Amino acid sequence: MAVAITDAGEAVGQVRSGDTVMVGGFGLVGAPLTLIEALVASDAARELTVISNNLGEPGKGLGALLLAGGVRRAIGSYFTSNPDVVAAHGRGELEVELLPQGTLSEAIRSGGAGLGGFYTPTGVGTQLAEGREERELGGVRYLFCAALRADVALVRARAADELGNLVYDKTARNFNPDMATAGATVIAEVDEIVAVGEIAPDEVATPHLFVDYLVRAEVTL
Amino acid sequence: MSAVSEAIARRVAGHLRDGEVVNLGIGIPTLVADFIEDRPLVLHTENGMLGVGPTPAGDAVDVNLVNAGKLPVSETPGAAYFSSSESFAMIRGGHVGVAVLGALQVDARGRVANWAVPGRPILGVGGAMDLLVGARRVIVATTHVTKQGEPKLVQECTLPLTAERPVDLVVTEHATFAVREGGLVLVEVAPDSSREWVAEHTAARYEEAL
Repeated sequence: MAVAITDAGEAVGQVRSGDTVMVGGFGLVGAPLTLIEALVASDAARELTVISNNLGEPGKGLGALLLAGGVRRAIGSYFTSNPDVVAAHGRGELEVELLPQGTLSEAIRSGGAGLGGFYTPTGVGTQLAEGREERELGGVRYLFCAALRADVALVRARAADELGNLVYDKTARNFNPDMATAGATVIAEVDEIVAVGEIAPDEVATPHLFVDYLVRAEVTL
Repeated sequence: MSAVSEAIARRVAGHLRDGEVVNLGIGIPTLVADFIEDRPLVLHTENGMLGVGPTPAGDAVDVNLVNAGKLPVSETPGAAYFSSSESFAMIRGGHVGVAVLGALQVDARGRVANWAVPGRPILGVGGAMDLLVGARRVIVATTHVTKQGEPKLVQECTLPLTAERPVDLVVTEHATFAVREGGLVLVEVAPDSSREWVAEHTAARYEEAL
């Protein structure tokens, strides 16, 4: 499918209540803030399962979506940096699944790569191993982790060409390239959209076949 | 930065080996970067960068260039950026030489608890479990006792373990312990401390090799 260049409101119209949505970013760095703001403003996007390393900061990024009542379940690695998440979980309003950061990122990568899951040594013998299949391979103990996929992935890149090839900016890359492979629909928020050919083939970090929609960033850090 | 944190960070820096790829955790470990000066060490950060440089001056801060603690950093020549999954492939795959981590408790076998506090909901783990499993060496950088004055080196951790794998070195402001043959060995006492102080404030059994 050719990439569609559109605005944030129309793009997040792809998200339906009850969907699983991946959102890029490490805290607010590399988070698609324009798309998140459009989600907050959209009444359609509620009861979401959000897969993201964190849920933003209080009232910022995914933290605003949480306060707007948009998130029913969160899958990520570090939620304690936003006290609103701890409070919502305490009130029973938010279900949380905690994964080690390497397990989270590999689950997303695996989902995008068409795998069912993988065995990781991380977490063996800890509380996070409870309920997971353990298997010994070559004398090493591993835990099974199922792959993650999403209905929609919202990612942040520095620039796209008109085909949807993406390049990132420094540590704002983080989860974005992995998530761009693992959403049934992928929406990329970018600072600029350039003509085809302006991004050298060797520089492309996310090839365009992964990307469905491009939106220009209006909300930035 | 407190004098105690600084003392710990300086001592940890002395245990890094030239040429190593080093991952610094959040808190005291982050401060180690201030004491490596011009040594040939390469800093890795879990959020997707190899070749982390020092804190930039205010006008050179780039909001898209941060470390695992989300603090601004800079690039060194030869730096590289990569995705989260590639960053953790480096960590779990044994490509990172040494991880420096904080700790809530360390047991007599050198195992660490540093991610969950009972009575509080478990809502954060980050990259600690991956680093403990995958880094070739692990150094713990911690105060010797808690804010309440309780020993952090304990016979058995009462807090949940972060991994079954023991660490290699535990560095506090008072002492350094190596983990050898499954037990703690006191290998260094700080010049402004004493063997008696260390003995009084360490609840784990250990041997001495000073």
